[in-house]
Amino acid sequence: MSTNILTQRIREARAKGRLGLIPFLPAGYPDKNRFWTEIDQLDEAGADIIEIGMPFSDPVADGPVVEHASLKCLESGVNLSWILKELAARKGRYKAGLVLMGYLNPVLQYGLERFGRDASSAGVHGVILADVPFEESAPVRAAFDPFGLALIPLVGLNTLPERMALYAKDGQGFAYFVSVLGTTGVRSAFDTGLPESIRAGLTAAKAAFDIPVALGFGLKHPDQLKALDGLVDAAVFGSALIRHIDAGGDSTGFMQVWK
Amino acid sequence: MKKGYFGIFGGQFVPELLMPPLLELEEAMARILPSREFQDELASELAHFVGRPTALTFCPNLSAKLGVRLWLKREDLAHGGAHKVNNTIGQALLAKKLGKKRLLAETGAGQHGVASALAAARLGLSCTIYMGATDVERQSLNVRRMKLFGAEVVTVDSGTKTLKDAINAAMRAWIAEQETTHYCFGTAAGPHPFPLLVRELQACISREARAQMLAQAGALPDYVVACVGGGSNAIGAFHEFVPDAQVALVGVEAAGSGKPGDWHSAPLSKEGSPGVLHGMHTQLIQTPEGQILPSHSIAPGLDYPGVGPEHAAYQASGRARYVSVTDDVALDAFVTLSRFEGIMPALESSHALGWALANAKDMKPGSNVVVCLSGRGDKDLDIVNDYLAKKA
Repeated sequence: MSTNILTQRIREARAKGRLGLIPFLPAGYPDKNRFWTEIDQLDEAGADIIEIGMPFSDPVADGPVVEHASLKCLESGVNLSWILKELAARKGRYKAGLVLMGYLNPVLQYGLERFGRDASSAGVHGVILADVPFEESAPVRAAFDPFGLALIPLVGLNTLPERMALYAKDGQGFAYFVSVLGTTGVRSAFDTGLPESIRAGLTAAKAAFDIPVALGFGLKHPDQLKALDGLVDAAVFGSALIRHIDAGGDSTGFMQVWK
Repeated sequence: MKKGYFGIFGGQFVPELLMPPLLELEEAMARILPSREFQDELASELAHFVGRPTALTFCPNLSAKLGVRLWLKREDLAHGGAHKVNNTIGQALLAKKLGKKRLLAETGAGQHGVASALAAARLGLSCTIYMGATDVERQSLNVRRMKLFGAEVVTVDSGTKTLKDAINAAMRAWIAEQETTHYCFGTAAGPHPFPLLVRELQACISREARAQMLAQAGALPDYVVACVGGGSNAIGAFHEFVPDAQVALVGVEAAGSGKPGDWHSAPLSKEGSPGVLHGMHTQLIQTPEGQILPSHSIAPGLDYPGVGPEHAAYQASGRARYVSVTDDVALDAFVTLSRFEGIMPALESSHALGWALANAKDMKPGSNVVVCLSGRGDKDLDIVNDYLAKKA
C-alpha cells in the first residue's frame, strides 16, 4: 500500500525537526459557522493533521470538556451527513491531513461502506473509532480499505507488547497513544516532567509500530513537548483547544503557542 | 460463533484501555468461576446471606380467577429485596479472588447500587456507586441505604443524568482505576464477558424454578414470564428452560405511557434497531443518525434504551418472544397481586405479572405459568400511591 498522507504529514514535520501537530475540535464547535473558520485557521497556522470529532450521545472515552462540547454540537443539529457534506464542499482546501474521530454507532447507522466511500471522497484520510478495539475492527477495516481510508489504532499505557503487535500489523496512518489511564482532559499526567511509565510505554509503542506514534490526552503546556523529544512523532491537542476557544481565544492564537 | 457473541449480538465495543481488565475478567471466569473452592463459597453465601433457594409460590386466588395455574418465583425474598444480589455477591467474590480492593457500579433506580454496596460490605471491599443526578433525586431512600452500607455515591451530571450516563461514568472510572477495582456490572448487558458472567450468576433463578416446578407441580411450566430492562432477571429465569422447547419464554418490556411519541423502554418489542452502546451490539432506542434516545418507564429498573445481547439473539432466533405493557397495566397488576395474594411486587416485576394477567385468557386452561417476581414493591409505594390518588 502507498504511504498514507497522514504518515507523510507527520514525517514531513519530523524532517523539519519538530513534532507533528494534531489539533482536535468537535464538528460544529463552538457553532456551525465559526467551526469552519477555526478549521481554516488551524490549517493556515500549520496543523499537520486536523482531527474533527463526530459527536455521539454517549462518549465513554471522553472527559467532561469534550463531552460537553460534543453534546452542544449535537443539540445544534450536527450529524455525519452535515460533516461529510461540508467537508466535500471544501475538498482540496486544506494542506493538513484530515481525520474524523468518534464512536462506532453513528458510523454504523450511516452504513460502514457508505461512510468509507463518502468520507474518502470528502477528502478524509483516516478515522479513529474510540470504541472499536482490535477484536471488533475487521468489518470496519474491510469497509474502509477499498477507499484508502485508514483506521487509526488507539493504544495506551496498559497495552501489552502482544496487543501492540496486533495493532501494528494492520496499522495505517499513525498510532494514537493515550498517555494517561483516564479520559481526555481530566488528568495532566506529566505536569511535572515525564513519568517513567509513559516513557516506557512510548518506547514500546515506537518499537512496535512502523507508522508514526502520536501522543494524546493530558497535554496542557507547550513545555511538555520538549520532554517528548525523540520519544514520539506527533502530539494531539483536544481539551486544551476547546478550553482556549471557551476562554475567548481563536485557533490562530492557539497554534502560535504550540508551534 | 465469534467469541463473546450471541448470534450477531454482543461483542466488546470498548476503548482499547478497557480490554486488559475485560481479558483479565474473562480469564478469571474460566479459571476461578468453575473451581470447587469458588462454587462452595458462592453456594454458602447464596444459602446463608442471600437466603436461597427462594420460594416458588402458587397463587390460588388469582389462578381460580384466571383459569391458569399461576406461580411466582420469589426473588423478592432474596436479601436486599430483589434478584440483584445474586449477581453482586458472585462478582464481589470473584473480585476478591482477583485481588481487587474495590467495587464500582452503576445504578439507575438504586437497586443494583444497594446490592453492590451490601455485597462489598459483606466481603470487606470498598465501593463506589455512579448514579445519575436525576435518579439521585428521585431515589433518595436507596442513596441513603447505599451510604449506610459504606458506599460512596458519585452523582453523574452529564447527558440525560440517568442510568445510561451512570454507565458511561462508571466505564470511565474503570479505565482509570482498573488495577485495584472491579466493575460490578448490574445487568446481563455491556461488553463481553459481562452478559455471560451475569447470566451465569442469575441462572440460579431458573435452576431452582425448574426443580421446584417438577417437585411442586409435577410438570415443567408452559410459560416463563419475566420483565426485561437490561434483562438480568429474565435471562436468569429463562436460562435453564432454553433446552425445554415446550416451555414458552416471554420477556416483558416497559411501554411507558403507551402514547405515540412518548419515550418508552422497549427496544425489542417496539421500534428498536440494531446498534452499538455500552460495549455491545444489540437492539437500541436511537435516532436514524445513531444517537441514543432517552428511555422512560414508571419502573425505574426498566428505564434503559438498550437490552442485553442474548435477549436480542433469542428474539432473532424465535426462542423467546418479547412484548410490552404500559405503566397502567403494571400499576394495576401491582395492586391486584397485593390484594388477592398478599404479595407486593416491584413495579418492574409488575410488568411481567401484568402481561400474564392480561393474556391468561388466550392460554390453554390449566396452563402452568411461572412469573419471575424479580423484586419487592416497598420501594415503589410513593409512585403507586400517587397513581391510586389520581385514579380515585
